[in-house]
Amino acid sequence: MTAATPSRTPTAATGPGALKAVPVRHYGQWVAGAVCVALLALLVRAVATNETIQWDVIGSRIFFDAILDGLVTTIWLTVASMVLGVVGGVVVAVMRLSDNLLLRSISGAFVWLFRGTPVLVQILIWFNLALFFPQLGFGSLSVSTNDLITPFTAALLALALNEAAYMSEIVRGGILAVDSGQREAAEALGMTGGLVLRRIVLPQAMKVIIPPTGNELVTLLKTTSLVAVIGAGDLLTQAQAVGATDFTRLEMLIVASIWYLVLTTIASAGQALLERRFLRGSAHAKGRSSVLRRIATDLRPGRNHDAGAIAAPVPPSEERGAR
Amino acid sequence: MTTGLTAEAATGSGDERLMVEALGIHKSYGSLEVLKGVDLRVRPGEVTCLLGPSGSGKSTLLRCLNHLERVDAGTVRIDGDLVGYRVKGEKVYELPKHEVAHQRRGVGMVFQRFNLFPHMTVLQNVIEAPTRVLRQPKAEARERARELLAQVGLADKASAYPLQLSGGQQQRVAIARALAMQPKLMLFDEPTSALDPELVGEVLDVMRRLAAGGMTMVVVTHEIGFAREVGDTVVFMDGGVVVEEGTPADVLGRPQHERTRSFLSKVL
Ligand SMILES: Nc1ncnc2c1ncn2[C@@H]1O[C@H](COP(=O)(O)OP(=O)(O)OP(=O)(O)O)[C@@H](O)[C@H]1O
Ligand SMILES: [Mg+2]
Repeated sequence: MTAATPSRTPTAATGPGALKAVPVRHYGQWVAGAVCVALLALLVRAVATNETIQWDVIGSRIFFDAILDGLVTTIWLTVASMVLGVVGGVVVAVMRLSDNLLLRSISGAFVWLFRGTPVLVQILIWFNLALFFPQLGFGSLSVSTNDLITPFTAALLALALNEAAYMSEIVRGGILAVDSGQREAAEALGMTGGLVLRRIVLPQAMKVIIPPTGNELVTLLKTTSLVAVIGAGDLLTQAQAVGATDFTRLEMLIVASIWYLVLTTIASAGQALLERRFLRGSAHAKGRSSVLRRIATDLRPGRNHDAGAIAAPVPPSEERGAR
Repeated sequence: MTTGLTAEAATGSGDERLMVEALGIHKSYGSLEVLKGVDLRVRPGEVTCLLGPSGSGKSTLLRCLNHLERVDAGTVRIDGDLVGYRVKGEKVYELPKHEVAHQRRGVGMVFQRFNLFPHMTVLQNVIEAPTRVLRQPKAEARERARELLAQVGLADKASAYPLQLSGGQQQRVAIARALAMQPKLMLFDEPTSALDPELVGEVLDVMRRLAAGGMTMVVVTHEIGFAREVGDTVVFMDGGVVVEEGTPADVLGRPQHERTRSFLSKVL
């Protein structure tokens, strides 16, 4: 930038083409890059030439039955916890924003408790529930806690409740981000609270809710590995079990890591896709000049006739009629 | 409004029946007293224009009329029904939310900033409340919505999204959306204040036709010309009280109070 200033003299003022600025050189970036590449090379060499790591074991065990079982359990645990977490999160968020003091207090306490304690501790508590409550239910309808709380259900309960607490904050933020005039207009039309929420507020809150929810999913995917402490049969549980039998602990941990990377990569791609779709949906804005809108315009495929009519600066009269 | 008066005469209810009867309205936000005992009476088919400087409580009064805002003291009756409360014997009971929502069906409201639902098309905006609240069949609601859109001159915009429209078009959609509920009263809160000057006319024109059709309207506005031409009554508010009210000719032409005069000299 400073390099350009001296050339902006009267002698150089022979038109826009005459201004030849030397771009700022980022020497520091090159030096840092070189250092990083060198360190990375050393690390790769150390791992690849390490004779104690049996690379062939990793290759041959990646599709082990036990590992695939664990993979399915991890996916199932993630999806179920996420679904329960989102549903619970919406419920808790709505409770937190209600006029009812009791609902507000209960939901506030819920979030305080489940966000305020480590999820690992919560997993252990659910798993050991039988120690405090040997029986669950009333009278003749009660069942043994140990029958009900398997390692898997303990894991699911802990993760879902924890996720609900986090999601409720995300949903609450989304709801609060919706212009208060929207709620007012809906109420003025005679819409009741539930209708206003479902039809007007939540759909608009989605814009704010979806991106952090994608991050939550990726985080949750990795957090499920904590349930290995109670042997819930997830990917890490299985990998450790296999590894313990024949001194291939490290190899099996690498196998598990590879699968986690595969899962998080897929989840991230899905998130990107969802956000893109979603932005396109909200890019009906004409006057909105945000970066989001520009991105959405760039990403919009030409074959989408709906989007075409929106993107082009057509005068009002050229609009298509009613569908 | 001759049409309005005819409509009133047709109902045969005479002078006693009022569409809006607000008495002794008080409203405070914390320690700030915004409305200090306001009365407002609107006869069926009449257009009442509410004028006053910024912060005088015009919007607050309008919002009290359909219970978007709770009054601290005073009563609001719309077409004879007490808004937000029920009197049973000696006692006054606050209505539960769904009953307040039910009362609001009969009162349409148009906002300064349009407040159209941006995630719905124009047609969806208009049919949302009729189908969800009144449970009209979709086909019927759509047909009626198209008629209304035609009436506000936007028949070709049914499938557009609000943000693709100009401010004037958006406000006309907002009017159509409110009319779709077949209200007996329409409230307008500075419907043209957010519009570019060249778009003000198209919205006022729709409102003028609505008034001519006999709709009862309460309009907060700074458009003195509209108040003079369309208003049956002009109410001037300042500092949370009604300073002066009467016919447009009286209040706008021969204001009795100094505050009215100085306000008019600024906006005219
Ligand atoms: N929700 C609220 N909380 C606190 N104060 C409020 C609230 N709404 C309005 N007020 C205050 O009440 C006063 C009257 O507001 P109101 O919107 O009724 O005025 P107005 O006559 O409509 O003015 P304008 O012409 O600017 O719209 C203002 O001082 C405003 O700041
Ligand atoms: Mg106002």
